[in-house]
Amino acid sequence: MAVVASETAELEVVDLSTTSVRELNQRLHHLAGGAPGPRGFRILNPSGAHALACGLDAEIDVEIEGHVGYYCAGMNKLATVRVHGNASTGIAENLMSGRVVVEGNVSQSAGATGRGGLLVVRGDASSRCGISMKGIDIVVGGSVGHMSAFMAQTGCLVVCGDAGDALGDSIYEARLYIRGSVAGLGADCIEKEMREEHVTQVAGLLEASGIDADASDFRRYGSARQLYNFKIDNAGAY
Amino acid sequence: MSIEDNSGVRPGVRPRGMSDADRERPWGLRESYLFDRNVIAEIQRAAREGIYDIRGFGAKRRLPHFDDLLFLGASVSRYPLEGYREKCATDVVLGTRFAKKPLELKIPVTIAGMSFGALSAPAKEALGRGATEVGTSTTTGDGGMTNEEREHSKTLVYQLLPSRYGMNPDDLRRADAIEVVVGQGAKPGGGGMLLGHKISDRVAEMRSLPKGIDQRSASRHPDWTGPDDLEIKIQELREITDWEKPIFVKVGATRTYYDVQLAVKAGADVIVVDGMQGGTAATQDVFIEHVGIPTLPATRIAADTLQELGMHRKVQLIVSGGIRGGADVAKALALGADAVSIGTAALIAMGDNSPEYEEQYRKIGSSAGFYDDYQAGRDPAGISTQDDELAARFDPVVGGHKVANYLRVLTLEAQTLARACGKSHVHNLEPEDLVALTVEAAAMAKVPLAGTDWIPGSNGSL
Ligand SMILES: Cc1cc2nc3c(=O)[nH]c(=O)nc-3n(C[C@H](O)[C@H](O)[C@H](O)COP(=O)(O)O)c2cc1C
Repeated sequence: MAVVASETAELEVVDLSTTSVRELNQRLHHLAGGAPGPRGFRILNPSGAHALACGLDAEIDVEIEGHVGYYCAGMNKLATVRVHGNASTGIAENLMSGRVVVEGNVSQSAGATGRGGLLVVRGDASSRCGISMKGIDIVVGGSVGHMSAFMAQTGCLVVCGDAGDALGDSIYEARLYIRGSVAGLGADCIEKEMREEHVTQVAGLLEASGIDADASDFRRYGSARQLYNFKIDNAGAY
Repeated sequence: MSIEDNSGVRPGVRPRGMSDADRERPWGLRESYLFDRNVIAEIQRAAREGIYDIRGFGAKRRLPHFDDLLFLGASVSRYPLEGYREKCATDVVLGTRFAKKPLELKIPVTIAGMSFGALSAPAKEALGRGATEVGTSTTTGDGGMTNEEREHSKTLVYQLLPSRYGMNPDDLRRADAIEVVVGQGAKPGGGGMLLGHKISDRVAEMRSLPKGIDQRSASRHPDWTGPDDLEIKIQELREITDWEKPIFVKVGATRTYYDVQLAVKAGADVIVVDGMQGGTAATQDVFIEHVGIPTLPATRIAADTLQELGMHRKVQLIVSGGIRGGADVAKALALGADAVSIGTAALIAMGDNSPEYEEQYRKIGSSAGFYDDYQAGRDPAGISTQDDELAARFDPVVGGHKVANYLRVLTLEAQTLARACGKSHVHNLEPEDLVALTVEAAAMAKVPLAGTDWIPGSNGSL
C-alpha cells in the first residue's frame, strides 16, 4: 500500500491510484478503539470509488481530495470525514456519530437512516435527503430534492435553500428547518411555530457547520401526528 | 385441522374450529362454497371494523407443497444405507463464495429472522439457545439485535431491512453473517408492521420511534433501488466488516428466476428464498394469501437458476416457507436447496398454539391450533408479546431446549429419508429421488407424476 508518510506521522497520505479501497478501509479500521497510528489521513484520487472510509470507529480526520461514489463514510462513528468534491448516493448513510462534510453537492439519500453525528453538505442535496433519519443532524447549504426526510424519525434537517416536493412525508418526530420555499409537504407533515428554542437549535447547527445564515429566517416543519395510529378515516392520506 | 386435509377451507380465508353448533346442524342445510362461514365472517368483520384484517402466521389456504412429493427410496438398482451404522452427514457450509469466515453448521436447518418486537426478548433468546445446542444459526429481525440473543447464539445472522431499526456497525461487526432482506414470502413488496400495543419502551428505544404508535415500516430500502445499487450496498457491507462475513440476500418468492440471477450478480454469498407460505408476525390477510408463489416451485426455480449460472453449491440456497418436518427438509434439499429455514414451526416447538393454554386462547376469541394474532401481543404462550407478565410465562431455557429437540427430529427424519435413498450426505438427495402425487406438483417440482414418466411442461410435453 502506498503510504507516503511514516506510521507515526500525524498525517498519512493514501493514493487510491495505487492502493485499493479495501486496503484503505482496513487501514482505517485498524485504528478503532484508540489503536496507535496517525490521526489524520489525506486520500488522493478517489475517482468516484464506492464505500470509501466506511465503518470507521476512531477519532481521526480523513480528507478526501475529489469526488466519491456511493456510501462514503457509511456507518461512521467518531471520525471526521471531509469530501473535497461531490458525493454520490447515500453519503454518511446510517451515520452514528462524528462528522461528515461535503464541500460540493450530494446525490440521493444523503444521511439516510443516520442515528447521530452531523452531516454538512455545502452544496445541494438530491432527493430523499435524510430519509428514515433516526437522530442524525443534517445541514444543507443549498437546496434538497423531493421526498426529503421521508419517514424521518428523529434528528434535525436544516436546509438553507429550498425543499422539493413531498417534504417530510410520513414524518415522525424529526424537525425540519427550511429557509427557502417548500414545493410541497408530504402526508402528515405540517408547518409548525418557530419558537425561541428552535431558533437557538438552528443557530447552533449552523454554527457547528460553519455556515453563515440567520437562524431566524428559517421555518419549521414537523409531524401533525395524525397517522400515528391507523384510522380508517385517514385512508385517503396513505 | 390436519395439514393435508383442508376440506371446508376456501382459498384465502381463515379456518375456524368445528363448533358444537357444527355438529348439531340439521342435515340438508347447505353451506355455499363461495360464501362459506369464513367468508361471511370476514365480510361481517370488514363491515364492522372498516379496516383490513391484519394477522400473523402464514398462508392458510391449500397450496401445492412438499406433501405432494414422495421419495422413491431404494430398489434393486439403488441400495440403501444401514440406518444406524452407515453415516449420513448433515453439515453445511454457508458463504464460501467471498466471505473470509463462512458459517459452518452441523445441520441443514436454520432459524429464520423474527423480530424482537414481534417476539419477546426471552423468546429470541430461546431461539438462540436452541440453535446453538444443535450447531445451527439463528437470525435477528426487524427491530435490531438484542444482547440476549447475541449472547445465546453461537452463530447469529444480522438482518439489514428497509426500516433499518436499530441498525448499527457494532452489531454488524459482532454478527456472524449479514442478511439483506429484500422481501419476505408472506408479503413480498410489503414492509414491516408493528402495532402500537407492541411498541413497549424498549422496542421504541431500539427503533427510535415514539412509544405506542402503529409503526409503518418502509417496504423499500432507503438508500438503494435495483440490482446495480444492491451490488454496491453489498460492497459497502463487506468493506465495513473487512470481507469477513457471508452476505445473504433474502427474497420473497415471486420472480424467483430473475431474483436469483440478480442476487448472484450483486455478489450474494447465500440466497434465501421464502415461499408464500412463509410466516409473518403481522401482515394484511389479503397480502399473505394472494401475493407470491409457493415454496415448492420457488425451490426448484432457484436451484435450476443457480445450476444455469454454474453457481449451484457455490452460492448457497436456503429455502423457507412452510417447513414442518424432516420430510419437508429432505424434499427441499433434494430439489437443490443447501439448507432450509424455519419460523412458524420454531414458535410452535416453543409452545405457540399449545393446548395447555386453551382456556386463555378462548378468552381472546381464538383456540389452540388456530391462534394467529401475533400482531395483537396478547399471546397466552408468552412468545409473540411485549407484555412483561405474559412474557414471564415463557422460560427461555426450557423453550430453547424444545427448539433443539425439534431441530434434532427434523434432522433425524431427513437422514432417515436420505439413507433410504442410499445417500451418505443429505446434500446427495436429488430430484431423481422424487415423484409427484399431483399434476401441479409434478409441473412445479419438475419431477414425474408417480407411476409415469410425465413431467408436465418439460421436454415439449403438454
Ligand atoms: C413472528 C414472525 C416474525 C417474523 N419477522 C421477520 C423479520 O423481522 N424479518 C424477516 O425477514 N422475516 C421475518 N419473518 C419471516 C421469517 O423470517 C421466515 O421467512 C418465515 O417464518 C418462514 O416461513 P415459516 O414460518 O413457514 O417457517 C417472521 C416470521 C414470523 C412467524
